[in-house]
Order: sequence, then C-alpha cells, then structure tokens
Amino acid sequence: MNMIKIALPALLLFASSVQAVEYGTFQMNQSALNFAYKQMGVPMQGKFKQFSAQIAFDPAKPGNARAHIDVNLASIDTGSTDANEEVAGKLWFDAKTYPLASFVSSGVKAAGGNNYQVSGKLSIKGKTLDIVTPVTIKTDGKRAIIDGSFNIKRLAYGIGTGEWADLSTVADDVQIVFHLIVFAAPVIPSSTH
Amino acid sequence: MKRYTTTAIVLHWLMALLILAMLTLGHYMHDLKLSPLKLQLYSYHKWAGVSLLLLAVLRIVWRLTHKPPELVLPCWQQVASSSVHGLLYLLFIAMPLSGWLMSSAKGIQTIWFGLIPLPDMVEKNEALGHLLGKVHGSLSSLLLLLIGLHIAAALKHQFIDRDQLLSRILPGKSSKGKLP
Ligand code: HEM
Ligand code: HEM
Repeated sequence: MNMIKIALPALLLFASSVQAVEYGTFQMNQSALNFAYKQMGVPMQGKFKQFSAQIAFDPAKPGNARAHIDVNLASIDTGSTDANEEVAGKLWFDAKTYPLASFVSSGVKAAGGNNYQVSGKLSIKGKTLDIVTPVTIKTDGKRAIIDGSFNIKRLAYGIGTGEWADLSTVADDVQIVFHLIVFAAPVIPSSTH
Repeated sequence: MKRYTTTAIVLHWLMALLILAMLTLGHYMHDLKLSPLKLQLYSYHKWAGVSLLLLAVLRIVWRLTHKPPELVLPCWQQVASSSVHGLLYLLFIAMPLSGWLMSSAKGIQTIWFGLIPLPDMVEKNEALGHLLGKVHGSLSSLLLLLIGLHIAAALKHQFIDRDQLLSRILPGKSSKGKLP
C-alpha cells in the first residue's frame, strides 16, 4: 500500500518529464523578486510583493522562449515603512506617474546545461534600457524554476534623484534577484484571494 | 584632596562629552524625516556608540584595577553615589548593546566606521526590532535622569558643601594642602 502511494506519483512525474512540455502558467505566490544594494556601505535587501509575468518556455526550443514581467512598484518592501513611502515618491520611482516597471525579453540564448542568456528591455520611470541577464532554468515536467540576477545602476533610470543622487549614502548599483515558478499547462489553481 | 588617576579623569570627561552628544544626536536624528542626512547620522551614531562600548570596557577594567581615592562621606551619600555610579556603569554597556541588537533585529547591520562588520547576534525580526528600539529609548531616558542626579550632586558638593570634591575628577594640578 505504502509502496504504491510513493511509486505512483513518482511514476507520473517521470512520465511527464520525458514528454515535451511548454511551461506557461506563472505562479506568483511561489515566485520572488528581491533586490540588494548598499546603504552607508551596509548591505541591504528588499523585495517587491506584487508582480506578474507572462512566460513561455519550451526546453526543446529555448530560442523561442519569451518573458514579459510587470512589477507593481508601490508594492516595494524595503524593510521599513518610512523608506517604502519615500521610494514610492517623486524622487525615487514616482509610482503615481509610473506605477509599473516592465521587462520584455528580446532574445534567449542557450549557454550550456541549464544556463541561458536572456536579453531584453527594462523600463522603469519612463526610461527603457537594454539588459542581459544570466538565467538558470530547471524543469521537472510539472514546473520550470527560473533563477537569475543582474545589476542595474539606479541613476541610469533616474531612481533616487535630488538629494538622493549622492551615491555615498545609497549606492548606484542595485542587484535584482529573481526566482520565478512557471507551471506547465493545465492551469493549477493558485492563490485563494 | 586626592584625585583620580589621569586615565580615569580622561575617560570620565571623554565619555561624558560623547554620551551627552549621543543623547542629543539620538533624539535629533530620530525626529528627522528620511533623508541622506538621516541615514548618515544614524551611521555616525552607531559608530560612536560602538566606540563608547569599547571605552566603557576599558573604563570598567581600569576601575576594577584602580581603587578611587579614598573619600569620607555621610552614609546616605555613600549609598546614593555608589548606586548611581553602579547604574551608570551598567548603562555604559546596556545602551550600546541594545543599540547593536536593535540594528541587527531591524536588518541593518552595524559596520564600525564602515570597516569592521559587527556580527548580527539576533536575526532580522520586525517585532523584536521595535521592542529593542523602545528598550534603547527607555534606557536613554534613565541614563539622562541619572546624569541629571549626578551633575546635581557634583554641583551641590561644589557650591553648597564647598568641599572641593569636584577637584578629584578635574584635570589640573593636585590640590594637596588646600583641604585636609
Ligand atoms: C554624561 C555625563 C557624565 C557621566 C556619564 C559621568 C559618570 C561618572 C561616573 C561613572 C563616575 C564614577 C567614577 C568612579 O568609578 O568612582 C563619575 C565620577 C564623578 N563625576 Fe561624573 N559623569 C558625567 C558628567 C559629570 C559632570 C558634568 C560633572 C561635574 C559637574 C561630574 C562630576 C563627577 C565627579 C566630581 C566625580 C567623582 C565622584 C567622587 O569623587 O567619588 N561628572 N562620573
Ligand atoms: C552610549 C551609547 C548610546 C546612546 C547614549 C544612545 C542614545 C540614543 C538615543 C537618545 C536615541 C533616540 C531614542 C528615541 O528617540 O527613541 C537613540 C536612537 C538610536 N540608537 Fe542609540 N545610543 C547609543 C548607542 C547606540 C549604538 C551602539 C547603536 C547601534 C549600533 C545605536 C543605534 C540607535 C538607533 C538605530 C537609533 C534610532 C532608533 C529609531 O529611530 O527607531 N545606538 N540612541
């Protein structure tokens, strides 16, 4: 009895992982979008709580993969309420005028094993710049786990201007770290709210 | 009247100045709205506070190995002064320690003068950070109260009792011969 309980899902998993599958159902509640930067030389971390993604990935045809990610900038969590309000403001994201940051992929190159190079356009606060990010994608037939990180210069997007342009207080380099879970169709019900 | 050692006198006045500056800075920076200046002052406050922790350890080691010059006081003054001094020594340690722990709990590590990272002895925890902030603030009020008592007592000795007690901790020539 126990044997069957264990063996059956394992078999199913195996069966599905050998089939060609396309991954396309983004799972917000299992994904994470974090960032890291330095404040007065001290490493700091934060995250965005709301973002959405349209991703299509077929391991057999990585070159055709596509990603479009929208980030709700007001959902930022820097670890302090004061700072959250400040960075939503005019000098930082100006989230009232530019509520979303978006990334749209333009090309995916295989880089050996689970590794890929994704290039695309990152738009924040009305500025669009090209970025390239290394990405690893692990698939198990049910879901694709997409991990990667890249650096941006905040001032290149005009994030933190005026008195905040002083880079000795808040550094220019911001590392963006993403962990995205995309399920294979069919759709699996996710959040309850 | 016999005086404290030069080391004790230097530590007393150096720490007195720094502590008064820290109390002022602490309240000033806390009330600022978020700005680069605020972030800078928080860092300076933390760096100076950690320096004070080191000075406190030095001072306590010195105090344990060097008895203060003898002094005859009425019994209640003996009790009062040693209680206040004892509490002050406790706060010399508790003030910076609560600040350090609060910073860790708030997820903002302390890197002394931007060079030497202090270990985070508690994990990031918002509720704990808030609590330690309250502790740090309450301890600072207690510290201010004790300093007030301490200075009032010193002034009483100087201007009411006129017993030259203050000269024990003042820099300058030894006042031998002025008093028995
Ligand atoms: C932040 C301010 C201050 C702190 C934290 C502080 C702390 C202390 C401590 C802990 C001692 C005890 C030394 C021992 O172990 O015997 C001491 C002694 C003394 N302090 Fe202060 N002090 C401060 C400011 C002042 C000021 C402004 C005065 C003078 C108006 C003063 C006058 C004295 C005197 C006269 C003694 C020697 C007491 C004795 O002869 O036994 N202190 N202080
Ligand atoms: C003798 C040493 C210290 C003194 C006298 C002192 C005093 C103070 C005072 C009076 C405040 C304002 C409290 C309030 O407005 O609620 C404060 C705030 C603060 N202190 Fe200290 N402090 C000391 C050491 C430290 C150290 C070593 C650290 C960290 C490593 C630290 C971190 C902080 C922080 C982060 C705040 C701001 C809390 C907030 O805004 O919520 N302090 N301190």
